[in-house]
Amino acid sequence: MERRVVGKVKRVNGPVITLKEVHDAQMMEMVRIGEQQLVGEVIKLFDDEATVQVYEDATGICPGDNVYGSGSSLSCELGPGLIGSIYDGIQRPLEKLMEASGAFIGRGLSFPAIDHGKKWHFVPSVKVGDPVHAGSIVGSVQETERVSHKIMVPPEKQAGTVSAVVPEGDYTVEETVVTYTEGDGREVHVSLSQRWPIRAPRPVQERLPLKQPLITGLRVIDTLFPLPKGGTVAIPGGFGTGKTMTQHSIAQWCDADIIVYIGCGERGNEMTDVLREFPQLVDPRTGKSLMERTILIANTSNMPVSAREASIYTGVTMAEYYRDMGYQVAIMADSTSRWAEALRELSGRMEEMPAEEGFPAYLPTRIAQFYERAGYMKTLSDKEGSVSIIGAVSPPGGDFSEPVTQHTKRFVRCFWALDRALASARHYPAISWLDSYSEYLPDVKGWWDEKSDGQWSAMRQEIMELLQKEVRLQQIVKLVGPDALPDSQNFLLEVCALFKTAFLQQNAFDEIDRYCGIQKQMKMLAIILDYYHKGIQAIGKGVPMVKLRRLSAVQDMARMRFSVSNDDAASIDRLELKLDHAIDQLGGIYDDRP
Amino acid sequence: MTDRDTLLAQTDRRLLSGRLYRGASRIDGPLVYMRGTHPIGYGELVEIQGSDGKRRAGQVLDTSDDVVCVQAFEGTDGLDLPDTGMRFMGEPLTLGVSEQMLGRVMNGLGQSRDGSALPHVADERDVNGSAINPTAREYPRDFIQTGVSVIDGMTTLIQGQKLPIFSGNGLAHNQLAAQIARQAKVRGNASDFCIVFAAMGVKYDVARFFIDSFEETGVLDNVALFLSLADDPSIERTITPKTALTLAEYLAFDKGKQVLVIMTDMTNYCESLREISTMRGEIPSRKGYPGYLYSNLSEIYERSGKIAGKTGSITQLPILTMPNDDISHPVPDLTGYITEGQIVFDRGMNSRGIYPPINPLPSLSRLMKDGIGEGMTRSDHPHLSNQLFASYSHVKEVQNLASVIGEEELTPLDHQYLEFGDFFEKKFINQSFTEDRSIEETLDLGWKALGKLPSEELQRLTDEEIEEHYGK
Repeated sequence: MERRVVGKVKRVNGPVITLKEVHDAQMMEMVRIGEQQLVGEVIKLFDDEATVQVYEDATGICPGDNVYGSGSSLSCELGPGLIGSIYDGIQRPLEKLMEASGAFIGRGLSFPAIDHGKKWHFVPSVKVGDPVHAGSIVGSVQETERVSHKIMVPPEKQAGTVSAVVPEGDYTVEETVVTYTEGDGREVHVSLSQRWPIRAPRPVQERLPLKQPLITGLRVIDTLFPLPKGGTVAIPGGFGTGKTMTQHSIAQWCDADIIVYIGCGERGNEMTDVLREFPQLVDPRTGKSLMERTILIANTSNMPVSAREASIYTGVTMAEYYRDMGYQVAIMADSTSRWAEALRELSGRMEEMPAEEGFPAYLPTRIAQFYERAGYMKTLSDKEGSVSIIGAVSPPGGDFSEPVTQHTKRFVRCFWALDRALASARHYPAISWLDSYSEYLPDVKGWWDEKSDGQWSAMRQEIMELLQKEVRLQQIVKLVGPDALPDSQNFLLEVCALFKTAFLQQNAFDEIDRYCGIQKQMKMLAIILDYYHKGIQAIGKGVPMVKLRRLSAVQDMARMRFSVSNDDAASIDRLELKLDHAIDQLGGIYDDRP
Repeated sequence: MTDRDTLLAQTDRRLLSGRLYRGASRIDGPLVYMRGTHPIGYGELVEIQGSDGKRRAGQVLDTSDDVVCVQAFEGTDGLDLPDTGMRFMGEPLTLGVSEQMLGRVMNGLGQSRDGSALPHVADERDVNGSAINPTAREYPRDFIQTGVSVIDGMTTLIQGQKLPIFSGNGLAHNQLAAQIARQAKVRGNASDFCIVFAAMGVKYDVARFFIDSFEETGVLDNVALFLSLADDPSIERTITPKTALTLAEYLAFDKGKQVLVIMTDMTNYCESLREISTMRGEIPSRKGYPGYLYSNLSEIYERSGKIAGKTGSITQLPILTMPNDDISHPVPDLTGYITEGQIVFDRGMNSRGIYPPINPLPSLSRLMKDGIGEGMTRSDHPHLSNQLFASYSHVKEVQNLASVIGEEELTPLDHQYLEFGDFFEKKFINQSFTEDRSIEETLDLGWKALGKLPSEELQRLTDEEIEEHYGK
């Protein structure tokens, strides 16, 4: 077997290896180290030396070992069969690794990311003589029941004319299905799969403005801090505040077509939980299993640190590939802090000069590059697709002033801050309504107002103002006690408390409450505001607040998130009538008094 | 270079391994540097000999063409530059494992502490282990009854979980760990249970306390102890948890036992890591700890869980003391990000005489949700614990309010909350070191506490549950 030796090991320091006698290695080239064939990547070249980061445990590597070049940079294999799979950070299928090395991950293993033997039913959509260009769709494969996988001309190719097309039928991912001639006469063979280097964004025609919200079914997000399709958001929170729970909820119920879930340096059992749970869950919109739209990347915390660094790029590359087919893709990255720490660890091993808290000075650049791969795009094939990035951040000590949170904040436009106090009181999702923000409000206002007869932005504004007022009143209460406040102000506190328990909290384990449709959200918000308006009037007439809170309609409101199903949002209208009636009656009694 | 040359180089290396080299070029704390050796593999096991003839174990930390850096697990006292000899063994540090190690007392490297011969070795295992493939894991969901109400009821321990105790100096974490070790059982399942105990830098008395406690309850034959005490070389602590877990993995996944691993004190382990890191001149991150502390800790904590198709499990109960009771200190902080929850001790509760002094609010068990409820504990458990959390958290608000405006100014409802809080702390959380409560007793006690509150306040419970249990 002829193998290209690019250099020899000079020094081994954990996952960072220095090479000597390097002649033709390229930057970012994928290499294999020693006779164990460990996967690595060239990250630095100087004179005849090079630095390589190893994606596997480096135990046993000796100075003098050969390093073999692969000739290409670390890249993803893209084609049908990705959906429903689980990969490690460098796109090795974990199921195959298990077959090869058992329950514990062995070293030096490599497998194609997608099954090369499996045949897919290909339906061509071009014929001989048709013009094609980079990114053109030439046919499709039904990948899962809900995903039609479009076969595209790889983006790096030139335009040309189709010279041969195979008939509809079953093909493996390696077989040529379409042949075309580029302008300069070269023949291009298009198969069902293609490769793309993970660190380069896939090209598009243009970025489009973000208009549609990504509906997550979580009320605090959809109503108060919306994220549009193609947007970026950070979810920071200390441990135990529910980052992973929130990410799971969104991955389960959001209305994206494809979900890429990256478990980056997190717990092994969490990934097992996802693997166990997702195939059983049914998408409320299509009635299909959620696994039929999900790709998982699991590089748990004890798997090699450089593969953790790569996992984020592997994930976003796969997401872009499906975006190019015209799908709405959402990426959950849990957690970007672990990725940043991987950068720090590697940077430290390379003895680079550190910036804040030991992180390398290029940290903000890398964070920006990652989040900029999100967006709502016009693809090369004239379709519209999007990649939304939902990145969890795990600030040490829950302190949001640390570098990763601060730099991330510069590059995302939406921020869902998780609050330790809320989590301790088991208020989930523990998204703080005071620290969170969404800069996308003006972008999605049009969409929401259309769905709610122009009500959404006004209602949202009003409830946010009430919550702000509540904070000030709570400060007074802390000093002088609630009895010192007039009933009207106490009633405001009461309504805010109701809003928190009845609207902001959501139980991820309740059959009904775990997903809340937008109609139901609007009506719930409307009825709570209605209660406030009517209640204030009644209190003006002298009705004591205690009477209001004892109304059975108010008790019903407190439980409407569990009791009213998503298709039956109209029953909230009936509840509103009941509430109005009850308050009117109460008010009536006091009207009559002298 | 051809494949033939490669093969020759490998053969050379095999022949050279085990050869004795003399003369270190530099000794710095636990690190010994040597020049002019044959190419040495990263992570290789090293045998270091001093002029006194004593042999010590070491491991290669950094290797290059001209110099090799070795960390000596048993310290470098008495070594000198010219006479220090090293043998590079050509293989990573391994531990000979066997079932007969249960009932033995060993040092951090798995060698006998009292000089007696260790039992026959069934297999040699690399102490660094390798990562469990996430697809091979089985999601842990078997409830372990510890007999401690606040744990069983509020932060339930699950078989295969890693649940650390965040404590402070002078708090009763050792008692609690011993109590859990004594009382822990999976109900309706007489399982093959054993304990692996790793002590890192703790005092002799603490180790003695555990040994005595195991002895009293007659489980000592089922405990393997790895002791690296406060007066042992600090460097040995960095290998102790790995050795212990290597045995635990063998017992759990080869022998099908339910293994409980108690590791105390993880803070000492991290400090030893910091020591080596600063010696090597690495760039520190927070509080001088190395940047790879998270990865390093996860290589320990992630060696727990269950594997599909195997009967055994590893449940970890690491104990760590928070320096200055600061939960945001890097050690508890990074631990909390890796483990599946935490049990947090509270000094205030300790001074009020409450044992175990666990503050339920910051405590959490992430695996609890799938291990409790109908068919596992009792159907009302999930909502009940949720309600207790919510109500107790309100008690804290009321207490804050009371400290500002005085208790007299509180509303009658607030007074009821204070009464609930008092009962909850003194009757529900508080129990004796020997008291073993069943889960039913724990839950009934929880309902008794909630009986101090009016039923309208119990919004996290369903009407049926209130109907069935409230006020009974």
